[in-house]
Amino acid sequence: MSLLDLFTVIAVCAGAFFFLAGTVGLLRFPDALTRLHALTKADNLGLGLVVLGLLPHADSVLGGLKLVAIWLLALLASGAVSQLIARAARRTDPRR
Amino acid sequence: MAEFLLGAAGFVLLMVALGLLRILRGPGDADRMMAAQLLGTGGIAMLLLVGAATGVGSTVDVALTLALLAAFASVAFFKSATGAPADDAADRG
Repeated sequence: MSLLDLFTVIAVCAGAFFFLAGTVGLLRFPDALTRLHALTKADNLGLGLVVLGLLPHADSVLGGLKLVAIWLLALLASGAVSQLIARAARRTDPRR
Repeated sequence: MAEFLLGAAGFVLLMVALGLLRILRGPGDADRMMAAQLLGTGGIAMLLLVGAATGVGSTVDVALTLALLAAFASVAFFKSATGAPADDAADRG
């Protein structure tokens, strides 16, 4: 196993762990805003680590840049969408 | 290497499937939308892993499309949940 393969294994395993953390947080946390906190941070970090692990396997520089672009798009979308979901959660439950 | 990547993809799929339990349990619409958001993020990671494992390059394009659709789905949810055009002014103050 080459050094790059080892890097891939470590990064993808770390990414999978963060997906596990995000799912556990989504299922176990007590209210909507804490669940949103677990979901939007942990999962996007997990996706970033998976993309980082797959970069050595990219066919070309352009292919690698495409992977990074997908991650950046997911980050941007998640950042905007988490604000919207939090606002919707607050409006539907006026106690917050 | 391909076996490891496919195994990781299966693990991420399992995590997404477990997260979908939140759709069953609720309680609010926002919680259900979060599970759909998890499906988007996890689906992207899974598609990228499968694409790298099998060498099918077009899965990257599918992942890109899924990223866009997940974002649009959440924006559509917000507009329908609040029953008004997305307007910051009503929310401040």
